[in-house]
Amino acid sequence: MQSFSEIDTTSKRASKAAGFAWGIAEEIGKNMRNLEMFGLPGVKNLNLYLHKIKKNPTEKPNKIEKENKPQFNEFCPIYCGTTFLDNCKMLEALKSIKFFNVSYPLLFLPFLSRASDIIGKKISVEYEENNFLLSFDKTILFKNIKNNKVVSLAKEVSIEFLENSNSFSVQEWKELYKLSEKTFVEETESSKKIGAGAGLTDND
Amino acid sequence: MSKTNIKLRDPSVVMKLSRLGSFHQSKLSFLRSFIREFKEWNYKRNLFDLDKNGYGTAVYSFAKKGRNYSLVCFAQHIDPNERSDRVIATKWDAAFVLHDGVPTEEDINRLRDNVPKQEIGRVSYKELTLSRANKSVRVFEHVVDSLTQGNQPDKDLLSKVGYLYRTTAVYGSGKFGLADRFRIKDRKEIYGPFRLEMMLVYLVRQFTFDQVNHIAKSRNPDKAITLDENIARNLGIGNSTGLGMAPFIVNHPTLFNNWIYCREKALKDIRSIEYVNTDDFNLFKDCFNKSKLSIDSWLTDSQYQINKINSLKSDLLKFTQYLKKDCSAKIEYLWNKIYLWAEENLHEECIEYIVSMVMEPYDKIIDPLINEMSSEEEKYFNIPAYRKISELKAIIENHYKSIIKIDFKEKKNTANFWFISRNKEEPRVANRYEEYGSELEQPLAIARDTKLLYERLVKAKPTDTVAEFLLNNDDVRHVVRRAFIVEKFPYSEIQDNTIGASLVPIDMLRLKLSFFGAIKFDPRSDKWLRINMYQGAPLPHEMKLSNDTWVYNSLH
Repeated sequence: MQSFSEIDTTSKRASKAAGFAWGIAEEIGKNMRNLEMFGLPGVKNLNLYLHKIKKNPTEKPNKIEKENKPQFNEFCPIYCGTTFLDNCKMLEALKSIKFFNVSYPLLFLPFLSRASDIIGKKISVEYEENNFLLSFDKTILFKNIKNNKVVSLAKEVSIEFLENSNSFSVQEWKELYKLSEKTFVEETESSKKIGAGAGLTDND
Repeated sequence: MSKTNIKLRDPSVVMKLSRLGSFHQSKLSFLRSFIREFKEWNYKRNLFDLDKNGYGTAVYSFAKKGRNYSLVCFAQHIDPNERSDRVIATKWDAAFVLHDGVPTEEDINRLRDNVPKQEIGRVSYKELTLSRANKSVRVFEHVVDSLTQGNQPDKDLLSKVGYLYRTTAVYGSGKFGLADRFRIKDRKEIYGPFRLEMMLVYLVRQFTFDQVNHIAKSRNPDKAITLDENIARNLGIGNSTGLGMAPFIVNHPTLFNNWIYCREKALKDIRSIEYVNTDDFNLFKDCFNKSKLSIDSWLTDSQYQINKINSLKSDLLKFTQYLKKDCSAKIEYLWNKIYLWAEENLHEECIEYIVSMVMEPYDKIIDPLINEMSSEEEKYFNIPAYRKISELKAIIENHYKSIIKIDFKEKKNTANFWFISRNKEEPRVANRYEEYGSELEQPLAIARDTKLLYERLVKAKPTDTVAEFLLNNDDVRHVVRRAFIVEKFPYSEIQDNTIGASLVPIDMLRLKLSFFGAIKFDPRSDKWLRINMYQGAPLPHEMKLSNDTWVYNSLH
């Protein structure tokens, strides 16, 4: 079994060899480590993508808007990722963003996961019936993913910034809090005087 | 509050390669902190299955409270013409792996198939560090012959070499399938950097002693004696180190910063001591006087190193006189006075020697720093691309002052390039204008690339964000990341040109090796050197009662 360190280093070198700048290749190395750590087929997708772009170059977005379409071909998932990551604080205001025709979209995912960490909000991602929930502790939850099935092109990648909110009602919280109160001890006059750390008066 | 307001030394002074290449071992060094941390652990030789020639398998371990680290050793016969110090060798006298836990028979069999192959073998997440070593043939044979005849070996010969085996590489952190650091990083006993590499080398040293005793006994069961412990203690493990270490300090900027920062913080705190305790001053003088003796046994054929040693020797004479004449524990801020005098009167080699020595009496200052010497590198990887061009430009002007003055249009300033060899996947450096392959240059020309970034920033709109700038400047993204790192970690960047014609790569190696705690730097060229580790260190059964100043006890 390859270590994550080997995955990082080899992905970085391969990406440089495929034409990416060292600074971008560094990002890819870290991302492959993240994907593989969650059991997602990063190396498989990267290998296919790097071979594909030798013959069929993909496009870099010039800026990111609410809806993004490539001019001629397919979007490069790496450049979509770096541009998203670099601008994530600003993009958060758009609440939801769509990219059309993204090549090997799984490679876009770890950039979004890191963006979630930076802005401190969960992000949901959907493409070709694959659903991901990216949490700001960099965990990636997913459903409908089959490791041996590679999505080489997503016609549409939908990204949504999720507002931080409770997953429970006020009533549910009140009930739980009430139960927790049963660990408290009723104070007596004497324990009020000697049990607290602070003084009895703040007027001295 | 200190009355003198002593500050940390300026990175533009400390981070010059000539200064970094003058660092010496100190109380912060990893092999010394390894012994301090593991002295209470239980050492055991679990298996020693060698034939009469000393070939076979051995297992050594350290254990405490359910945690166990085991060194598995495989010794084999090799022909003399197969024995090479260089990393390009393919066969070694012995190969070693540090296993996490107690290895099963199945583990040992798996490791036997792989560990002797080193880079072309595979190990697993259950293994932590990997190494190999060759005998120093003339010393090894002499020791075995002497013991076989019932005599102790010639101490003069031993002192010239200082070890029985030389390692040629020690690998860790995920290489060749080894465990990634994140799997074990929360274990308190390995908070200090390279601790498991240090453990491996320490246990290998014991294996070399056991092996010579075993062979002598096998050759002459009636007459053979065992190696005198006083002689054994004075032997370390040699190491041949090439350029593999140099990129490490460039590729791990926050870790590199933490090593240097802790050294600088220690120096600052010590210089800020107003009244020096007489016992502390005496301990310093005792360590200093003992350490000077080792300089005479520091042998090398390298003119570069001979010059450095001679400069050190003559400066140490000056300093000894100064210490006798002008220093006493009654003087306020004595350490600061000594440091300022050294900066004024001595060369870098001796200044840094004294910096190491003044740490000796101060466990309370040093010990908390040891745990600060690792780094969570991932935390600082993201580029804060929302920041403005003007801010990035200011960071570069502030932290790369001398770098942005270098003219990279001059050939001498781009004379070298770093690359990875196809043969062993090891870093190499070559002349850009004479050798093939500079188009495959590694991103280690930080000074040149930072200057390029700066030139572009000067032309960019100051109010633009870094994100806007990066859209069309991918090729400098790696140095943008570094600039934001150096803003937080001022000792993370070498303040020199690592591709210039005057580059001495062994300065980079020596810096790292001094943090390991290596002594007797012996450059064999400007690109590789030999060193000694653990010379004078307590033997495993002596660890519990050992004193941290062991390094000065038997260096001569």
